[in-house]
Amino acid sequence: MTLAIETPADLAGLTGRVRRHVVQMVYGAKSGHIGGSLSATDLMSVLYTRFLRHDPENPSWHERDRFVMSKGHCTPVQYALLAELGYFSTEELDTFRRKGTRLQGHSVLGKPPGVDNTAGALGMGLSFGLGLRLAQRLQGLEDSRVWVLMGDGEQDEGQVWEAAMAAAHHRAEGLFAVIDRNGIQNDDFTKTTMSSEPLDEKYRAFGWTVLSDLDGHDLKTIEQAYSWAIDQRGAPVCLIFDTVKGKGVSFMEHNPSFHGAPPSDEEFVQAMAELADA
Amino acid sequence: MTTTEARAPAATREAVGPTLIRLQQAGHDLVVVDADLGKSTSARKFRDEFPDRFFTFGVAEQNMISAAAGFAAMGHTVFATTFAVFAEHAFDQLRMSVAQPNLDVKLVASHGGVSTGEDGASAQSIEDIAVMASLPNFAVCIPADVVESEAIIEAAATTPGPFYVRTARPKTPVIYEDGPRFQLGKADMLRDGSDVTIVACGLLVERSLTAADQLATEGIEARVLNMATIRPLDTDALEAAARDTGAIVVAEEHLAHTGLGAMCAHALATSSPVPMEFVAVDRYGESATWSEALELMNLTPEGVAAGVRRVVARK
Repeated sequence: MTLAIETPADLAGLTGRVRRHVVQMVYGAKSGHIGGSLSATDLMSVLYTRFLRHDPENPSWHERDRFVMSKGHCTPVQYALLAELGYFSTEELDTFRRKGTRLQGHSVLGKPPGVDNTAGALGMGLSFGLGLRLAQRLQGLEDSRVWVLMGDGEQDEGQVWEAAMAAAHHRAEGLFAVIDRNGIQNDDFTKTTMSSEPLDEKYRAFGWTVLSDLDGHDLKTIEQAYSWAIDQRGAPVCLIFDTVKGKGVSFMEHNPSFHGAPPSDEEFVQAMAELADA
Repeated sequence: MTTTEARAPAATREAVGPTLIRLQQAGHDLVVVDADLGKSTSARKFRDEFPDRFFTFGVAEQNMISAAAGFAAMGHTVFATTFAVFAEHAFDQLRMSVAQPNLDVKLVASHGGVSTGEDGASAQSIEDIAVMASLPNFAVCIPADVVESEAIIEAAATTPGPFYVRTARPKTPVIYEDGPRFQLGKADMLRDGSDVTIVACGLLVERSLTAADQLATEGIEARVLNMATIRPLDTDALEAAARDTGAIVVAEEHLAHTGLGAMCAHALATSSPVPMEFVAVDRYGESATWSEALELMNLTPEGVAAGVRRVVARK
């Protein structure tokens, strides 16, 4: 059963449920990546409900848009969203990272249906997405698109820039790089670990059409940015959203400690209380 | 079989482009990706026939391999081409983008082994079999001549899953004058013998046949197996060789401790251990002609024969 998201209130309700699932999943598994899942929740919720051409009843629909989760550690947000949208039951989210589960720690192509790429080692998703997009074009699937979600820490990987160069060279219109710029990577703030800015100028110099400094938690802004992006022609499009790692839970926000660590019992209670009030 | 003039020596890499063209013309759904070596790998010939199905990614093998996986995820059979040393450059992409999702990416890498010659150590891949055979789901093949190279490329196109095919730079004699006998996962017995078995792959097959002729004059009858498929390894043929001949020499253009020889020893250790010797590479090579580069590593008929004499003495 596919969820109807008609109104702004529906969408806000969805993002709230997804965030609670994320915290619950990582707490239950005692491992997983909360911070980058919460920073991407709004970006992905708008994409999946307003723009991504997909069908939870038919996950292998060949003409669908492909969503590539390049930051493959942020499976909690994708699984939560897929469950909410009807790909599988929300009860299955409790199996996250458990023995025998379909919900692996990092993304695995086809597990569960709806996951369109394998990821975990960073930096490969844009290349994989480029291959998907060029194949769509070869097959004449002009209405299909490829959306690749990357982190800003991920921009350290050299392969990202190989892909950026090649995507522009091949004029990969219909390929969208969505960057969740939350400013924090595994060990520390990105500006401390590896300065990747100015990202917008870099992608522009590589030949991409770029929109940057977007509020990645304002649902209206996100929707307008995607609308703008799909109207662009002749080049791949990069959307750079400023986000807050751990968004929605006060003590996780902007906190490098919540990249890959689970909350304690007390932190879990507080986080769920804050997200319930949201 | 009519008697015709012997086919001229040819490089196994020369089969790549023409075979891909033939397969696409026959109705396969191929995509070929390249990293700026299409002239040397012969893949560029495919571009001339099917320009919309040929994609260059520049000198960027990592991007090429992950993009190849994307094409494969959309249903295409993708041939990725570069040199063997540069294929090693994309190990993590082969692991996560290709092997784990088990996609139809066929990596055909030319200039394998020290016989790449004059370009020197950096261009001579002596680790690629270890690297590729370490990946679950991958089939790994090395043709012994240009005829077998065509057959292996066709097998890769028609068999689901990832492949690594190593081809060679120099022109070498044709072994399969009467046509290919390649079967994926099966050794091909080119000569039977009762005293010893020489297991060889690639350019060492022809050299092993020459060694076997020499050894016969000394009263040593050698079986010669062309082990063109390294993974999955034909353990039945190995066990039969151990049982029937009681000694095995493995000859290959690769590091001994991680190549075909090591894999054969591993396969036989628990079932049919027999004395073994390894005629293989033990260090990085250097600039020389292709045949001199092989001589520097003792990868000659004389080198193979010496290995046979050592192992026979240990029986």
